[in-house]
Amino acid sequence: MRSTMNSITAAEVAGAAAPATTAGVPPPRRRMSSTRWAALAFLAPLAAYLAIFYAYPLYRNVELSLHDYTPRAFVQGNAEFLGLDNYADVVSSSMFGLALRNTALFVLISIVAQYAVGLALAVFFHRRFRLSAVLRAMFLVPWLLPLIVSASTWSWMLNSENGIVNSVLGAFGIGQINWLTSPDWALWSVIIANIWLGIPFNLVILYAGLQNISGDLYEAAALDGANAWQRFWRVTFPLLRPVSAITLLLGLIYTLKVVDVIWIMTTGGPGNASLTLAVWSYREAFGTGQPDFSPAAAVGNMLIVIALAAGFVYLYLQRRQERT
Amino acid sequence: MKRLTKPARAQFMRLGAAGSAMLFVTAMAACSSSDDDGGSTEASNDTYTWWDPYPQHDEGSDWAQRVAACGDEAGVTIERTAYDTTALTNQALLSAQEGTAPDIILLDNPAVSTLADTGMLTTMEEFGFDTSEFDENLLAAGVVDGDAYGIPIGANTLAIYYNQQILDAAGVDPASISDWASLTTALQQVTAAGHKGITFAGIGTEEGSFQFLPWFWGAGADLRDLESAEAAEALALWTGWLEAGYAPNSVITNSQNTTWEEFLTGTFGFAVNGTWQVNSAAEAGFPTGVISVPGVDGGTAPTPTGGEFITAPVQDDESRYDVTTQIVECMTTPEGLVETANTFAYYIPPTQAGQEALLSEDPSLQPWVDAVRTAKGRTSDDLGTDYPLISEALWTAVQNALSGSMSPEEALAEAQANAESATE
Repeated sequence: MRSTMNSITAAEVAGAAAPATTAGVPPPRRRMSSTRWAALAFLAPLAAYLAIFYAYPLYRNVELSLHDYTPRAFVQGNAEFLGLDNYADVVSSSMFGLALRNTALFVLISIVAQYAVGLALAVFFHRRFRLSAVLRAMFLVPWLLPLIVSASTWSWMLNSENGIVNSVLGAFGIGQINWLTSPDWALWSVIIANIWLGIPFNLVILYAGLQNISGDLYEAAALDGANAWQRFWRVTFPLLRPVSAITLLLGLIYTLKVVDVIWIMTTGGPGNASLTLAVWSYREAFGTGQPDFSPAAAVGNMLIVIALAAGFVYLYLQRRQERT
Repeated sequence: MKRLTKPARAQFMRLGAAGSAMLFVTAMAACSSSDDDGGSTEASNDTYTWWDPYPQHDEGSDWAQRVAACGDEAGVTIERTAYDTTALTNQALLSAQEGTAPDIILLDNPAVSTLADTGMLTTMEEFGFDTSEFDENLLAAGVVDGDAYGIPIGANTLAIYYNQQILDAAGVDPASISDWASLTTALQQVTAAGHKGITFAGIGTEEGSFQFLPWFWGAGADLRDLESAEAAEALALWTGWLEAGYAPNSVITNSQNTTWEEFLTGTFGFAVNGTWQVNSAAEAGFPTGVISVPGVDGGTAPTPTGGEFITAPVQDDESRYDVTTQIVECMTTPEGLVETANTFAYYIPPTQAGQEALLSEDPSLQPWVDAVRTAKGRTSDDLGTDYPLISEALWTAVQNALSGSMSPEEALAEAQANAESATE
């Protein structure tokens, strides 16, 4: 309903605007150039913003990754040009395979679980009930807490000897699980914490998406005898697809670059058991006594490429859907 | 939006354009003027900049006043900025690159050789300081190719604190602990009596290496050869304690602060920690004592030195060095060192004269003065800037062995390979 109304107003506006622009035909040249100047001037702040805060850091990151920036070279500015050597070193490092595998597990499991739980909660809250607004607000708390607080709290809860999680499990006769200190569990622990952190984001976006699905469709489906399960799979889920796609894409980008949660909980350890590409990059640059900016930048750039590839896949899928 | 009439629209466009252009120009000006600002640390002749890694001491603290007093003495104002230890190294590199380095930086000792190597620090000889009176083992961390790039303003190190109540209950006499075997026996007695044994920090950062080094060196191992039998023996001691339940599994992720909090709960017999906990130990809810970290077959193991060096980054304007010299002097006279020790309560003066003066005020610090005298700089043995790379390999090995994913021998062999490829 709402979308048709929107399109009407848009058409009206377009119709009203058309005669106005054709009515006053200007004396061609001068008018053209002054408009163009104005247009450029309006564009300038944005262009400057993009150049200073996006293009330059990106350029600098690429430049760092192509040179050998030891601390000495960083200060004296005479870093040796290495071409793609840093990338070759990173890819051939024994840690690369592990970090790539951990990153894939961390990202995929995180976003699938965040999306599933977020969607379930969004559908749950879609039906208004007493206190639903209060409860929904409480689900946003993880989003509001500073990460240092939530990640530290998770590491206390998952402490081997004194953590609440193990003491609850102990009550059911399950022995001590070394959540953060066992190489088999450390990655799972940070994934669990990260899922919890990502649920509010998914909940909010999917809940907003649900508001745009017309109630008429559910009524019609109910008249046709569809049960709740069918209404979800045949109405809600397909109509939510565009919102789902953007939620998953943003989730992917946010999760790829997660450093803080993992760093606070395990520093990528024990050993390298929970090392992801992002944590590896951070550790190389800032985690040791000797900053090693060039390989760190190389790993960071790989993450950018992965995120970019995911963005293109999204655009491709969206175009294909628009065409059909 | 309501459509504007044509003249109004044109005016709006012009205004908008002018506004945008102004914004743009201001932004550019802001950018370039920030460059000028960077130089203003040098422009002002009566303000000297000072960076240190003590963000816990805010503006009203005793430490801030102590720094300010040294400025007053030299007739200038000191503008102090505090960073977290790791952030300080990065900030220092960045400022040196931009040519805006502060006049004085207090640096964690393993960082001195890294920064000296970049050419951003002056030598103490250039400032006319005689560093011969400083204990050689403490000064070593700041010496690169025979030149001292800083002066230690104090030193701290590690020892083993114990809970007297628990030891009494378990029938352990701390004086009987003289080597690793007797320590392990003591841990066995303590845990058999129903208490927790020992806690230490095996976290995957520099702190993990710092805590492992007394055992590593105490076994006779060398940082250039991580896969030696001695190194494996030291690591096997730690993993053995975890397997036997003498130490909690959480030591793998524990920092030194966390382990101290654990010790303060009164449930642990022993905790490895540093000089900086002396006051806290005195205020604990139970009587505590200190023994030095034993060597494998007895004696005292060399412990790593902690503590900061006062360094002076290179300035374009060399006339500033006179005042900087006075400030450094104020911090490093025997009286100055004792005052720093008292201000912080965790620093042992790095000179004989300073140590004697401190002991005459507080004789109970004797074990710590002894520990500092036998302590060893992490970057010494000519490791210099290789140390951080070797240390990273070492703490990773400790993590791998403690978590059970590798045997101590495997973990250390991998560490040696990584250290060699990183330092080649």
